[in-house]
Parts: sequence; C-alpha cells; structure tokens
Amino acid sequence: MRIFLIVALLLSVSFVAGCSRRADDRAPGGRVIVSYWEKWTGFELDAMQRVADDFNRSQDRIEVRILPVSQIDVKLMLATAGGNPPDLAGLWTFSVPDFAEKGALTPIDAALQRAGIGRERFIPVFWDLCSHRGFQWAIPVAPAALALHYNRALFREAGLDPDRPPRSLAELESMNEKLTLVELTRTGRVVRLPYAQLTPAEQRSHAFMIVRAGHLPQEPGWWLDLMGVWFGGSLFDGRRITADAPGNLAAFQWFRDITAKYGIENLRNYGATGGNFASPQNPFLSGRVAMELQGPWMHNFIGKYAPDLDWGVAPFPAADPAAGKDTTLVESDVLVIPRGARHPAEAFAFLAYLCQREPAEKLALGQRKFTALRETSPSFFAAHPNPHIREFVRLASSPNAHAAPRLCIWRECQEELRVAAGNALWGMATPEAALAQVQERVAWRWDRMQARWERVAEARRKEWLDRELP
Amino acid sequence: MNSRERRNLRTGLLFVSPWIVGFFMFTLYPVAASLFFSCCDYDVLSAPIWVGGMNYRDLAVDRVFWQSLNNTLLFSLLSLPLGMILALLLAILLNQPVRGRGAFRAIFFLPSLVPLVAGAMVWLWILNGRLGLLNQFLGMLGVQHPPQWMSDPLWTKPALVLMSLWGVGNSVVIYLASLQDVPRSLYEAAEIDGASAWMRLRHVTLPMISPVIYFNLIIGIIGTLQTFASAYVLFNGGGPGRSALFYAVYLYQNAFEFRQMGYACAMAWLLFLLILGLTWLATRATRKHVFYQ
Repeated sequence: MRIFLIVALLLSVSFVAGCSRRADDRAPGGRVIVSYWEKWTGFELDAMQRVADDFNRSQDRIEVRILPVSQIDVKLMLATAGGNPPDLAGLWTFSVPDFAEKGALTPIDAALQRAGIGRERFIPVFWDLCSHRGFQWAIPVAPAALALHYNRALFREAGLDPDRPPRSLAELESMNEKLTLVELTRTGRVVRLPYAQLTPAEQRSHAFMIVRAGHLPQEPGWWLDLMGVWFGGSLFDGRRITADAPGNLAAFQWFRDITAKYGIENLRNYGATGGNFASPQNPFLSGRVAMELQGPWMHNFIGKYAPDLDWGVAPFPAADPAAGKDTTLVESDVLVIPRGARHPAEAFAFLAYLCQREPAEKLALGQRKFTALRETSPSFFAAHPNPHIREFVRLASSPNAHAAPRLCIWRECQEELRVAAGNALWGMATPEAALAQVQERVAWRWDRMQARWERVAEARRKEWLDRELP
Repeated sequence: MNSRERRNLRTGLLFVSPWIVGFFMFTLYPVAASLFFSCCDYDVLSAPIWVGGMNYRDLAVDRVFWQSLNNTLLFSLLSLPLGMILALLLAILLNQPVRGRGAFRAIFFLPSLVPLVAGAMVWLWILNGRLGLLNQFLGMLGVQHPPQWMSDPLWTKPALVLMSLWGVGNSVVIYLASLQDVPRSLYEAAEIDGASAWMRLRHVTLPMISPVIYFNLIIGIIGTLQTFASAYVLFNGGGPGRSALFYAVYLYQNAFEFRQMGYACAMAWLLFLLILGLTWLATRATRKHVFYQ
C-alpha cells in the first residue's frame, strides 16, 4: 500500500513538473535553443529552414529550431496565456495590433535601435504595419502586394491588346463585357458569344449561361472587405471607424452592379463550377476567368498547374485612375517575440539577421516573394523565378499601397465586412444598408475597446517600457 | 465505521482518484471558471475585468446572436423530428425478416462511422449547385431550377438538415435494439384480436419503445442545438448572409477568433440554460406517453 502511494505521488509530481517546464533548452555544445513557431509548411517552410540553418552555422551561440504550427494565432494566444510561449512566432501584419494591445508581445524598439535597424531600411508601409500604439512589435519578412493578373491569350481571343491591360475601373468593366463568354439560345440554336455582342433585350433577360467570366470581384473574393481602397475609401481615420465612407460604399455598389448586370442565378451557377484554388480547375488557371486580383504567390500555382498559361500583371485599376494610380493592398509575414519568451535576446539576434539583405533575399527567393527591404541587390530580380516580381515591389512602394487598418478588432471588422459584402453582392441588402450595419456593429465594438484601452493605457505603456529587451 | 471500512474507503477513493482529480481539474473548475468569466471582460491574454452582467446585456441586443440562435432552433426543429422519424422507419424496415438484412444494417450504419469533417467535404460536392449529385438527380426528376444549396440563404439550413439525416445510423441501431426487445407475445395477442399492421405499430410497438424514443429526443435536443462541425466546415463564417451561422459556431468565433472569451462564456451559459429548459419541457410533455415495463 505504502509503495503504491509513493509511486502514485512520484508519478503525479513528475506529471505536474512535466507540464510546467519545457524540455531542455540547451543544445549539445551549450548553444541556446530558440524555439520558433511558423505557420508555413511546404516550400515556404523549407526556405525559412534554409535561412535558419545558415544562421545556425554563422555563429556558435544560438540554435534556431523551427516548428510548423497550424492555426498559429489561436495556439500562440493559448501558449502565451499559459506562460509557455515559443521564443519566436511567425504571424501576419494584421494580427500584430491585437496581440500587441493585449500584452502578448515583447516590444523591440530599444533592441532595434541598438542594432541600428530602423524604418529607413524598409519599404515604409511594411515597417509601419509592425508598429502599434507607438511601439515596434515585429519585423516584416516576406511581404506581398496585390495586382491584376490577366490571361493574355484570352485578351487576344477577345480582340484586345494583351500589352494594354485596363487602366481604369471603367475600362476593366468594358473589357469585362468583351471577355465574358455566354451561351444562349438564339432563334432555336445554341450559340456562344461575348456578353458585349448580346442585344440589350438579351442582356436584360439574363437568359444565358456564363461560360467564362472577364472579371468578377468574387473571384477569388478574398479581399472584398478592403476593395474600398480602389475607390478612395478607408475603414478607419485614426480615431473613428469609417466603414460607411463614400469610397467603401462605391465598392459595394460596384459589387451590386455586377450581379445586377449578369444575373444572380447565372453567377451562382457559374460560381458553383469553380474547382479548388490549388488545382488545375482553379478558374484563372483553367481560363474560366480572364482577370483576377492576386498576389505574387499566384506564379507558383501557374507554374504547377498551368505552366503554359500566357499571363500578365498590371496594377489593379482604380475608379479614379489619376488619384488612385498604382493602388494596391499589402500585407506581410512578420516575426514576433511573444511575452514570456525565455530567450528574447537570442530570438532578437535571429530577427536582426533576417533584416540583412543577403538572408532576406535568400528567404524571398525561396518563398518566391520579395523582401520588405528598401534596397534590393541587382542579382535578386535576375534570379527571381517570377518574371513580374519587379511590378509587385514597385506597387508595394507606391504611396497608394494600403493595408488592413491597424485595429485590435480587425478580425471582427473583417468578418462583418465580408458578410456585408456578400449581402450586397448577392442582393440580400442594399449597399447602404449592408455598410450601415457594419458601421454600427464595428463602431460599437471599437468604442468598447477604446474605453478599455484608456483604462489600461498608462499601465500598459509603463509595462512595455519595462519589458524592453535587455 | 471501523478501521477496516475506513481503509477500504481510502483505497477505493485512491483508485478513483485519477477520475476525481480529472473531474475537478478539467470539468468542474472550467465550468465554474466559465461562469465567472461570463461576467468579465476577458480576452485570455490579459487579466479578466469584472463587468457584472454586461456580456448578458450585450447579447440581448446583439443581432448576430439572435440570428445564430434562430438558425440553430430552426435547424433543430427541422432536423430533429425528421431524423427521429426517418431513423424509426429505417429501424422498422431493417427489422423485417428479409434476405441480406445484416448487409442493409451495416450499410445504413456506415455513414455514422465516417469522420464528420471528411463527410462534410463529400457533402460539399453532393450539394454543389451545378455539378452536385443531388441537383443532377433533381434535374433528372424534371426540376427546372434546382436549389443552390450552398449559395442561396434560403437553402443552406435544409442542406445541413439533409446532411444530418445522412448520419441517422446511430439512432437506427438504438431503435433496432429496442424493437427486438418488444415481446412477440404482444404482437400475437394483437393479431388474434384482429389488429392491422398499422394498429400493431401504433398500439404495441410505439408504446413499447417509447422510452427509447424519449431518449433519442433528449439526446437529439442536446446534439442539434450544439451542432458545430458540419456547419463550420460547410459554411465557414456562417455562409451567405450568415444563414448557416449556428450558435456553437458564433460562440467559437467569439472565443477564439475575436478573443472575447467572456462574451463566449456568457453564450455558453445561455445555451446550457436553454438546453436544460428544453430538456425539462420535453420530459414534462412526454411524461404521459412514455411507458416503462
């Protein structure tokens, strides 16, 4: 009996001890192990692994170990709350404000200053996306910008000049009519025609089937929440939520006009026939949509699933081509040091390494993106597999490069906007009503969060100053 | 209690202690904590701030909360009775002495063995508006414009109901077991009295298996109100116009996506009270119709 008791006691003690402390954090040879959680798998992870290997070889003090983690924001939140986070984590720019404001990250201002790393080294928009409430929380690695991808073969087929992509939204819509191919019954025969060649009565009747689309906002529809930037809209003016601003309303009106023009039922039928994104049935790769908004990653999918596609890249045209010249949306992968990381100084050494041109370019080439750095070596573009990479860098550096607003409630705001965009697109609400509801719900939440911030702001700022890296 | 009994008690407690400790740590404590957090502004990352009944007051005016509750209740109202009737019919059919009865039973039970997420992926294609098997079939029956199950807000809940009916195998097995428990002598007596097949079903079978019907009803109320996986996989984020945003999905969004754990805890407690209330109601309403031998 006594032996049983002792064994049970020992087991429970070792169990509890095992829960509270992580395994050894020293590699053989006395190196400090920096644990790094990354959201990527596949070739993006391999590229980061190669850069980490280089870093590990370059010195004998620190060893970065990468662990791919799915649903990283939820797991990082729980690990940080539980006091057992990794030393480094790979997030996205849009999650920085949320994590920072809730005290889950370590500010890196002083460390950056000591390492001589500042805003001037980066493409400004990416650096700024890593700051929140006056502190710097992350460094940008592997950013992305969005541009119009278009199928040059389909342009030729429609009698358009493949070297002359649309320069304004109006032009995009008129090209759209020529590129959209529909099937209908005319005097008893089934014919296929560009939408532009239908009679006004046929256009109004919606009695046709869409075989191929020129451009549709819902293809792929990943940025319906932020399309307002191409109409001069913004969601936040620094103080207030402005979801119902005229620019955002114009974007929603544009969604509505497109469904009204081509017919809800036709578009639903068309949408139901698209295959998975990462497959040869991807509508853009299979030539079922001629133009679509995408990022530099699209090149990888083209190479894999449609290597013969003749494609081009151009800035996605704005409603007002003069004021909205080179408008784009940007976001970036970022690396952060969670609160409670056990080796923040060593983790920062790896961050500083990634801010150097050579490793940054190696990572970008491996992940087939570009770097967040302002200066790029001439060999970078020559070596880059994506023939249009220069265009993405140019767009990211444009004064009209926008991003999701830096709000700690962005996920909710985004969810509301997506639902509202869908409601406007599919005729379930007028654009005005859809946006009014977003405005009401998000502004209410924002006021709540502001009130809460004001309660803790002083304490937080002091805490952050104290928590600066040694 | 003499010393031997005390020792026995101690030994017994020691043997069940893993369960007791587990229950206190992983069930009782979280449940109690969630009640506390439901009265807090809590984002998991920072310390909870006591706000009293604010979360509950906010829920009362949260349109999306009411929509998710409506969606869930409507789904339960469709799925639960249909599922129970279908399962009972299938069980009665599978109870008939026909050739290959075992194979049929296995086939009808098979879908309940398929993991929910994998099943949902298959249903994504069955329900596809243009290429889906279901609409191809409806087309063959001459339906001109078959429903757009995935993109029309009117049809998203019926789509989920269809999918839930696919998984009735579990209830079928339970009904089957109880059907086999009905004494043959009762049927024989009824037959001698001249009862038709319908009357035997109505006056012998149903009363005899009523405890099992009641059990399936209660389990069904609890299960359908908590539906999560199928809705989450098929309509991530709630589908068109949030028409398929279920209570459990909105709760999950608040807890893990919007980091409003306090709000989510309040939702969880309201759901608990709702299920408690409905179960009590169902028990009361069926009390006179459930017969125990």
